[in-house]
Amino acid sequence: MAILVYAEHDNASLKKATLNTIAAAKQMGDDIHVLVAGSGNQAAADEAAKAAGVSKVLLADNAAYEHQMAENIALLVADVAGDYSHIIAPATTTGKNFMPRVAALLDVSMISEITAVIDAQTFERPIYAGNATATVKTTEDKVVLTVRTTAFDPVAAEGGSASVETLDNIQDSGKASFVNEDMAKSDRPELTSASIVVSGGRALGNGENFTKYIDPLADKLGAAVGASRAAVDAGYVPNDMQVGQTGKIVAPDLYIAVGISGAIQHLAGMKDSKVIVAINNDPESPIASIADYFLEADLFDALPELTSKI
Amino acid sequence: MKALVAVKRVIDYNVKVRVKADNSGVDLTNTKMSINPFDEIAVEEAVRLKEAGVIDEIIVASIGPKESQEQIRAALALGADRGVLVQTDAKPYPLQVAKILKSIAEQEGTDIILLGKQAIDDDNNQTGQMLAALMGIGQGTFASEVKVAGDTVNVTREVDGGLQTVALALPAVITTDLRLNEPRYAKLPNIMKAKKKPLDEKTPADFGVDMTSKQEVIKVVPPAERKAGIKVGSVDELIDKLRNEAKVI
Repeated sequence: MAILVYAEHDNASLKKATLNTIAAAKQMGDDIHVLVAGSGNQAAADEAAKAAGVSKVLLADNAAYEHQMAENIALLVADVAGDYSHIIAPATTTGKNFMPRVAALLDVSMISEITAVIDAQTFERPIYAGNATATVKTTEDKVVLTVRTTAFDPVAAEGGSASVETLDNIQDSGKASFVNEDMAKSDRPELTSASIVVSGGRALGNGENFTKYIDPLADKLGAAVGASRAAVDAGYVPNDMQVGQTGKIVAPDLYIAVGISGAIQHLAGMKDSKVIVAINNDPESPIASIADYFLEADLFDALPELTSKI
Repeated sequence: MKALVAVKRVIDYNVKVRVKADNSGVDLTNTKMSINPFDEIAVEEAVRLKEAGVIDEIIVASIGPKESQEQIRAALALGADRGVLVQTDAKPYPLQVAKILKSIAEQEGTDIILLGKQAIDDDNNQTGQMLAALMGIGQGTFASEVKVAGDTVNVTREVDGGLQTVALALPAVITTDLRLNEPRYAKLPNIMKAKKKPLDEKTPADFGVDMTSKQEVIKVVPPAERKAGIKVGSVDELIDKLRNEAKVI
């Protein structure tokens, strides 16, 4: 049977997380269909049809799906689920929100945030904030799971030529409605897909110092800016910048942790980065034990120097 | 209005986790156990809604080993009114837990059901959503603000990229994110009083739920160790290493 991948998109274009998820799906089977549910989302569906390895795109275009409300999306996915052996979504806040609903509607267990595929029924996933890795096997008829996107290299965005089939399946639970949203504006690369991330912690002292010390370095490197929970809780930066177990999981080529001690919950969000640099004035801080390069220095001296010399 | 809050007994978040030598799981012998931190936030929110006059009674439920009653007592000390312990030694998988919670919620006629967004042991982030699906009601996951008005609740959710507010018809399920509130500490007199509050003991069979899952954990291993890093003496050396050794800039 085929595999259904749920596409992450903003109605106008496909998000890269979808390409990572297709890559994970390819390790489970060959016939991959992508469901693009939204409103006015034809362009996103066309993009999905071009992704390498996709054999069919299902387009559900209706106002009921505009904001990806879990109540409606789960009904839609459960309704088309009959044809599929695997139902897969990226472990973004959207995927985490509706996928357990799909599993419950189908009366099957679900596997969250897989990081490796052993076979079509067996997967690896981190537990205890990444302090242990569990191998999980399921014997459910339908495998419902979410994928940690940073653990899979994306498939090529071009090269495929799947057909697009329009669904006229309209599901509206009537139990929930969208009120509004308040999205943080940023010109920088998206945190979860950036190849370089510069993160600041409590030691920055205030929000102005993020702008003064972290931003210039990030701009010079073309990097995304992240933060520890301590910096977010202290109000230095908005919470969508938080890297950690309860924030975003990142795995860039280079992660620069500035003034971050390295609490377990933060490490869970970044320890799979290829190269980790820590700049901290405390050589005993936990971040020193996982950093590839540790610079013991006062960040207020080291950062301007680093920015000017790179 | 009645609220149901689900709490899970988990390893304390400060404890450094050790994987058992036989790779069967994580070593929990003689480790400190606590209420899952997100569930503590759920209890606190229920208590605040009670203090605001929105809720009249708070029922706290836990599904797990007999010792989970410690976590129920802790929630009672924070202000919950009575507890339900559903005792089982089976590993509580989210789907089975959701089925039990559905029965409790329907028997009690609760309007607001609060859970943490995820438990810090299995990191599943599933139970609340599954419960809402089984009950056929709305869900407000990753909540950072909860406002009840009449028979609707507005929930502000933390989503990738910012915040989203949704309106849910009651009854509804809400799962808490870290920034929803700062849980209070239990005061000694309240801990003493909590010992006298009612606590029902049940089993999964009382709700007709079979705890066996078609999902099985085959093995648990420690994460791959990173190779030891080096200490650099200056910014120049750091730049040199990043350019010529790691080749990442």
